[in-house]
Amino acid sequence: MSKFGKKKKGMPAVNTAALPDIVFMLLFFFMVTTTMRETDLKIENPRLPNATEVKKLEHKSLVSTIYVGKSKDAARHGTGYNRIQLNDKIATADDVPAFIINERSKVSEAEVPFMTTSIKADKESSVGTIIDIRLKLRDVNALKISYSASPGDNN
Amino acid sequence: MARRENPEINAGSMADIAFLLLIFFLVTTTMNVDSGVSKKLSEKPPEDYVPPVIKEKNIFEVNINRDNDLLVEGDRMDIKDLKEAAMAFIDNGGGEGKIDEGVKTGPCTYCQGEKSPSSSDHPNKAIISVQSDRGTEYGTYLKVQNELIKAYSELRNRLSKERYGIPFPELEEAYKDDRSNTELKKKVEDIKKSYPEIISDAEPTSN
Repeated sequence: MSKFGKKKKGMPAVNTAALPDIVFMLLFFFMVTTTMRETDLKIENPRLPNATEVKKLEHKSLVSTIYVGKSKDAARHGTGYNRIQLNDKIATADDVPAFIINERSKVSEAEVPFMTTSIKADKESSVGTIIDIRLKLRDVNALKISYSASPGDNN
Repeated sequence: MARRENPEINAGSMADIAFLLLIFFLVTTTMNVDSGVSKKLSEKPPEDYVPPVIKEKNIFEVNINRDNDLLVEGDRMDIKDLKEAAMAFIDNGGGEGKIDEGVKTGPCTYCQGEKSPSSSDHPNKAIISVQSDRGTEYGTYLKVQNELIKAYSELRNRLSKERYGIPFPELEEAYKDDRSNTELKKKVEDIKKSYPEIISDAEPTSN
């Protein structure tokens, strides 16, 4: 009978041995899910068009991104969806070759032919702007391009 | 009867809970992957380049005006009908194929089109030309490109199923996983060559 008679007394201390586990878990979670954005967007986040025939872009380091859309600072750059952003400033199509050459210098020579230029343009930007960029890209032989689009079929 | 001993709470399962959470988040988070419609630009032609003469019937002309309306081969068309029209054009197979490195490809044996003499000769001769206005909305332009690519991928898919019994995306995927497999490579190249994607962008109109 004495086996059942024992009663625990007092407040036990909460064991904190698992706290590091939780902290590490959070740490890993954020490490895995955060994608670094190297550039600050000077234009409003482009509303990407939808397309069904999309391909995933592989090898992030070989992708250079050109943004096209509406400037956040309308007083300085005007309204309209045709502002081009390279790195972290608003530029014109004439600056594209320099941008591409700069991007190329970051990777080894053998990888240059695999470099892709991703054009993230807003739905409402005009084709003229895109074509200007494309002509400049052709001038510097950056022939692989990807028109960024979100997968899906609606609208 | 004061507190003398502090028996600890069993925390052995805490780690289990932590791992459970970790796995849950790992499984449910989607990392945003960049995806897009990929295209390969043509190289810059040399200055003295004379474009080859192409028969009118081998060109499928798509015009987009600045009000985002579509004009296909001279007629107005809705975007949803574009894929069918493009497929009918590519798959027509009304004549001889082009001469590839001295070898005649001959008539298209796998085409299931109408074999009309007024439409394209062979998929490898069929050119789709997209002309847009500078003021055209990019969204519309990309939608048109998407429909045209869809036409090609549907034809490729059909041929792949016919010849090798598996859909083309699966064939490509299998090749991507095993680059050294020459047999798969041959298959992929065969399909791609049978329906080469020739979509050209004409100089845009501006006004």
